[in-house]
Amino acid sequence: MNQEGILRHSATRLLGLIPTLLVLITIAFFLIRVAPGGPFDGEKILPPEIRANLDAKYHLDEPLVQQYFRYLGQIITFDFGPSFQYKDWTVNELIARGFPVSMTVGGLAMILAFIVGTLIGIIAALRQNTAVDYSVMGVAMLGISIPNFVVAPLLILVLAVYQGWLPAGGWDWSIQRMVLPVVTLALPVIAYIARLTRGSMIEVLHSNYIRTARAKGLPGYLVIRRHALKPALLPVISFMGPATAGLITGSVVIERIYSIPGLGSYFVQGALNRDYTLVMGVVIFYGVVIIVLNFIVDLLYAWMNPKIRYDEVQ
Amino acid sequence: MALLEVRDLRVQFETPDGVVQAVNGIDFDVHAGETLAVVGESGAGKSQLVMAIMGLLAENGSATGKAEFEGRDLMQMSAKELNRIRGRQIAMIFQDPMTSLNPFLTIEKQMTEVVMHHQGLRKDEARAHAVEMLRAVRIPDPEERVKQYPHEYSGGMRQRVMIAMGLLCEPDLLIADEPSTALDVTVQAQITQLVGELRDKSNMSVILITHDLAVVAEICDRIIVMYAGEMVETGTVEDIFYRPRHPYTQGLLASVPRLDRLSDDDLHAIPGNPPNLLDLPTGCRFRDRCEKAAEVCRQVPPLQVLDDGCMSRCFIDMKSGEILSVADVPSPDDAGDDPVMEGRE
Amino acid sequence: MNTPADVHIDDPGAAMPQPEDPFAAAMAEQDIPGRSLWVDAWHRLLKNRAAVISGIIMFVMLLLVIVGPMLSPWEGDFTDWDNTASPPNFETGHWFGTDAVGRDILVRTLEGGRISLLVGLVATLVSLAIGVTYGAIAGYYGGFTDRIMMRIVDIIYALPFMFFVILLMVVFGRHIVLIFVAIGAVNWLDMARIVRGQTLGLKNTEFVEAARACGVDHKDIIRRHIIPNLLGVVMVYVTLTIPQVILVESFLSFLGLGVQEPMSSWGALVNDGAQDMESSPWTLVFPAMFLTVTLYCFNYIGDGMRDALDPKDRA
Repeated sequence: MNQEGILRHSATRLLGLIPTLLVLITIAFFLIRVAPGGPFDGEKILPPEIRANLDAKYHLDEPLVQQYFRYLGQIITFDFGPSFQYKDWTVNELIARGFPVSMTVGGLAMILAFIVGTLIGIIAALRQNTAVDYSVMGVAMLGISIPNFVVAPLLILVLAVYQGWLPAGGWDWSIQRMVLPVVTLALPVIAYIARLTRGSMIEVLHSNYIRTARAKGLPGYLVIRRHALKPALLPVISFMGPATAGLITGSVVIERIYSIPGLGSYFVQGALNRDYTLVMGVVIFYGVVIIVLNFIVDLLYAWMNPKIRYDEVQ
Repeated sequence: MALLEVRDLRVQFETPDGVVQAVNGIDFDVHAGETLAVVGESGAGKSQLVMAIMGLLAENGSATGKAEFEGRDLMQMSAKELNRIRGRQIAMIFQDPMTSLNPFLTIEKQMTEVVMHHQGLRKDEARAHAVEMLRAVRIPDPEERVKQYPHEYSGGMRQRVMIAMGLLCEPDLLIADEPSTALDVTVQAQITQLVGELRDKSNMSVILITHDLAVVAEICDRIIVMYAGEMVETGTVEDIFYRPRHPYTQGLLASVPRLDRLSDDDLHAIPGNPPNLLDLPTGCRFRDRCEKAAEVCRQVPPLQVLDDGCMSRCFIDMKSGEILSVADVPSPDDAGDDPVMEGRE
Repeated sequence: MNTPADVHIDDPGAAMPQPEDPFAAAMAEQDIPGRSLWVDAWHRLLKNRAAVISGIIMFVMLLLVIVGPMLSPWEGDFTDWDNTASPPNFETGHWFGTDAVGRDILVRTLEGGRISLLVGLVATLVSLAIGVTYGAIAGYYGGFTDRIMMRIVDIIYALPFMFFVILLMVVFGRHIVLIFVAIGAVNWLDMARIVRGQTLGLKNTEFVEAARACGVDHKDIIRRHIIPNLLGVVMVYVTLTIPQVILVESFLSFLGLGVQEPMSSWGALVNDGAQDMESSPWTLVFPAMFLTVTLYCFNYIGDGMRDALDPKDRA
């Protein structure tokens, strides 16, 4: 593996991320500011002097553009400012509280989805056009057709309320409370990955180099494991980037349903209460997470695909 | 006993438009040390013939018949038994070197796995063997190149690798499916020569599938000519080139542009198009395109066999050149129990 | 192919064409009737049982949501105080039961279907319009224009889009037209990428080159070569986008940011139903079923269309 090539590749990619970040921040900033109503409008009517003081303190009386640049300056130092809604907390602190929760649920869901999804997809591909294939793919299709917020209440109803096996929600870092949210979150992703893997594996199995491997007298399991697996999984790896974004999106609903104090909940609350800094902070934070993860996926893909790996050198 | 004896091999495919009979009853033998050419247009069934023997047919394909290799019928073998023969006693190389090697594995891995699996060699022994083989097929600097990936090789070099890979276990039979078709003309010659040389060194038998008669003339001993899934003529290279009996063979030979006969004549072509296997003419399958077609050709032509082993599936008598009438055709009873004299429909 | 029958009479060196040419006759015998790409694809689609069944179900669904509420004795916002929170019951005429305030679930579900399907269709059209235009321009002009335009798409693609939709809804309120626009505006990216890819590929194909060599001008090339070849891929994506959009709208409704009362969509109904699911599960089950079946069917149809137009995908 050529060190220089990989480094150069990474550096170029990293630089490209900056404009993306900027656009992200700018759009989020101006959008939330355009919204009618401000952070202090919902509560009891404040006397004008106190109101003026508050506005001054949070720089809300400055021209919008100036607020923007002030905000950018803060961002560079990773300071997302104080929350308007939760008066005693800064946004950084809130993110630090919420993110580990979201990350645990999301991360576990991702791992579960990858393992189960690829397994199912490979089995379906190896038994193409049989009953196994059709039923597996039918269930997978169900997975992408039933929204989280339909599955979740059903699961809660059956597993928690009727059977009492698992708690219906809440969060205390215990395994029991993790099961339902992780599984619910993972389901649609499992389905996508299963379909993707199946399609990819079928295509790989029809390629000429698999024919060559068979002609060499290699037994079936070796042909699959050594020759078909890696090429078939490449598209799945690529999908991990968008899959993460999807998981983050899904988490908003999951956290609502299962009453999990994650970042998604903070976001929705913040949006409804016009907590500018919190909303901005979460959006940027998630944006960065997605960008970084996409970047890692990119590198992973390049590493796995010899053509890209070695072409960079040339 | 011949190395490979194929009897009444039929291959068919199920397609949305109906059942396609790609190979319709082929018989032939391959003897030890012999190089057999299978010649015909695209779609004649040449590739499907060998794919069936090797057990590599697509999912919608099925084959019947016998293919006895060293006495054992390949068509009846389980996958496990076939795997002991493939790559070890029978090797196959394919038409398309650009896609026939796994782009995600090094050449070393793809070559060593053959000997490690079939002959139980250790990794270092296998590697040494692979390097030797690469040297034999004239890949420059084999110790370095063996560690590379396929996309770092040119098309001609990849085909050499395929050949090297096929010969690693010193197979008794090498099946080469149009090995040089996808390559440049100059490289074609090199590959063909290489196959010939390697064959000479080891007394290996070769089945060479090609539509290029020049290649045939270079290294082959006998030829089978196929048309629309059937064998229409067979004989030694000399027989076919100097005394072609079947009009199709004659047409093929006449179509080859010649340097020694410069003339202003148009290039000779066999009129018409390759047949649609779903809609074949009754009787002789070639009669729509045959310059010598006669009324009798609406019947199924007999397979004439000469004493020296030459065969022709035609109504034109091999010795006299005259058109046989149906009455002249020996009935199956006269032919005794020789299966090749049976007509079929 | 030059059979003797094709030879032009004016050519001095040519033989006179035979009145009954055996070769030409034999050739004609063998001709297979040609099939256009669309007819071929249609036949393949019809062989896909899942897609056909889904299509029929969708057709029935459409009929139901359009005509159903008109046939029902109840109106969506009519509260039947005698029958609040009652389970499905043929006698009372509430075939799907009622919710907590006595509204008929069947009618609510069908009317919700109107909204959900409408949002699906319109938002998809919005994203179609934006996506196809954007992609076609980028693909056709290529070069610098293309790179810039695609760079923009890359940037937007990296943004957590759901969050933006939520932001948009919060900022601008919950007007239904806004929902169309918000979802469509965020969803056009995939379509743009696909269309751009296709256009790029088509632009460089040999038949377009040949058309240019024959002097066909840009307009006609776009009309006769590029657009028909785009249609297939676009159709597949439209069919696959509709369920995505319906899903997004459902998410929004679930979060309380979707269509406003008294309009209701399947997502809002499911949200309401989820709250009462222990006591009156029918309020959840019926809208959920309709939503799921719709998404399921659209996905199968979309898949079927993709396989029909590009069979090698399915092998």
